[in-house]
Amino acid sequence: MAETVLMKGNEALAEAAVLAGCRYYFGYPITPQTEIGAYLARRMPQVGGVFLQAESEIAAIHMVYGASAAGKRVMTSSSSPGISLKSEGLSYLAGSDLPALVVNVQRAGPGLGGIQPSQADYMQATRGGGHGDFRNIVLAPASVQEMASLTMRGFDLADQYRMTAMILADGTIGQMMEPVTLETPTPTLVEKPWALTGTQGKREKNIITSLYLSPTELEKKNLSRFARYAAVQQKETEYEAFCMDDAQICLVAYGITARVSKNAVAAARAKGIRAGLIRPITLWPFPTEALRQAAKTVRQFLSVEMSMGQMMTDIELAIRCTRPVTLVSRVGGVIPAPEEVLVAIERAANEEAT
Amino acid sequence: MIATNRPHAMTAAQTHYCPGCTHGIIHRLVGEAIDALGIEGRTIGIAPVGCAVLAYNYFNLDMTVAAHGRAPAVATGLKRANPETIVFTYQGDGDLASIGMAEAVHAAARGENITIIFVNNAVYGMTGGQMAPTSLPGQVTQTSPYGRNEAQCGLPVKVCEMLAQLDAPEYIARVAANSVKNVLAAKRAIEKAFRNQVEGRGFSLVEVLSTCPTNWGKTPKDALKWMESDMIPYYPLGVYKDRSAVVTDRT
Ligand SMILES: Cc1ncc(C[n+]2csc(CCOP(=O)(O)OP(=O)(O)O)c2C)c(N)n1
Ligand code: SF4
Ligand SMILES: [Mg+2]
Repeated sequence: MAETVLMKGNEALAEAAVLAGCRYYFGYPITPQTEIGAYLARRMPQVGGVFLQAESEIAAIHMVYGASAAGKRVMTSSSSPGISLKSEGLSYLAGSDLPALVVNVQRAGPGLGGIQPSQADYMQATRGGGHGDFRNIVLAPASVQEMASLTMRGFDLADQYRMTAMILADGTIGQMMEPVTLETPTPTLVEKPWALTGTQGKREKNIITSLYLSPTELEKKNLSRFARYAAVQQKETEYEAFCMDDAQICLVAYGITARVSKNAVAAARAKGIRAGLIRPITLWPFPTEALRQAAKTVRQFLSVEMSMGQMMTDIELAIRCTRPVTLVSRVGGVIPAPEEVLVAIERAANEEAT
Repeated sequence: MIATNRPHAMTAAQTHYCPGCTHGIIHRLVGEAIDALGIEGRTIGIAPVGCAVLAYNYFNLDMTVAAHGRAPAVATGLKRANPETIVFTYQGDGDLASIGMAEAVHAAARGENITIIFVNNAVYGMTGGQMAPTSLPGQVTQTSPYGRNEAQCGLPVKVCEMLAQLDAPEYIARVAANSVKNVLAAKRAIEKAFRNQVEGRGFSLVEVLSTCPTNWGKTPKDALKWMESDMIPYYPLGVYKDRSAVVTDRT
């Protein structure tokens, strides 16, 4: 039985990566995720791993490309401005079908923005975040425990589907301290016969490239990648439903805003309002089917997010605009208070009544 | 001696390079070095974005293609992940000295145990002959149609001179692929750059001055002449840094 310890979200994530068998970390410092690098700078040498502070986020993601091409479990972490720089590498990883774990502990933008928590990189993360048609598996932890468990899961999914898994956290989850149980997982080990290890004169050479000059060949590559994506959508979508059995007002929220929303739902229930929460754990794939089912009985949806309706669009698409969706948001680094969310729930409930 | 047979580390594929382009000769020198050191089975090559982007077709090696300029970072990842492999990048002057300058300088500053073959043809070959950071003063290119103008574009980047200022690199040398004598010197330098890695000595870069008759607007023969008359005087050949030897000659 693993013991329960008190840890910061960023540190729990870092230790989980080590437990999941990751031995290669490349990154560049940025608030609010510096604890990940600091932790791994200490930890990697203890387990025979590599910690390397790169000259930029661009270099870091391409170092990830190299280590992944060598067949190793590898990760990088950053925050919003750094993720923009990594977008080139994300596209090349996808185009070369290389697995990797990328962490974005989001801060408010655009530009340099601020260092307070945000969820404004939702679109960038869920749409791939680089040029070309591709997706990342986007996992949204809402607790320190999930920072650990989703990191472990992310490595497995990345290897299994040969794609980037992204942990989309925010400054609050990264910085907060909570009890966490760190179980040593049994990683799903995947053979990597495609890895660049040197032929040893024993096999045909391996080529890892995203270059396909023949349009029909490149089309085939893209289509087979999307067939894999379809499998991810079918098998790996995850969400949590809270008080949804008889809910008439459904909040949708992830990460820190999901915790705020849970409190607001409980307060609304205490006032006799039939509110509930769907918390996407995977943002891509988005729990489209769960929302579509919910729309059969739910009368109104509230998208609670620290961005200007980025996730709301996905809710509207999921339910094909069959129900009204209202945006409840604070941005710029401000976290909505449960009371503010409760006010929004009450307003929705009053509309139902009139 | 330059062997007449194709190096074992190379495939039988016909290269796609233009007539008179010296990329092909440089490939061959890389193949010969790998043969000479007997490292084919554990060598991994990284092709650049540039005319050599398809280099993986020409080597019997595990290979990948980096994003434009990022080959030294990819090499760092590969080498750190599998230190027993021999990792080299093959990069053009736009790739290394412009968009990928940061990655190259920092791989050098870390003393990363990798080998870089840096092909300087004073132009962006693949995209049709635009000005490179290495284009000579007055050189006419697609994007310097009146000749490279110092007031607007400054002066060329001399990569060897610059990297030799760093403390960490093991070996920095400039050679040329334009004459039998120079090609023989290039062969020795490239082999040394690989041997350094095998011996765990650290970062080695060989800059090879190369022709681009197509974008220089010259016949293959005139391109070789221009390299001798214009390029080599601007980019002196020689060893700029060699931590395992005292620098004596600059020939
Ligand atoms: C990010 C990015 N920017 C621009 C390009 C277009 N591009 C392809 S090759 C090249 C220049 C290559 O020149 P060089 O490195 O000197 O190699 P050469 O072809 O001369 O051997 C450019 C600008 C690209 N592929 N990617
Ligand atoms: S364009 Fe220039 S560098 Fe490219 S293959 Fe032709 S001659 Fe060589
Ligand atoms: Mg060039």
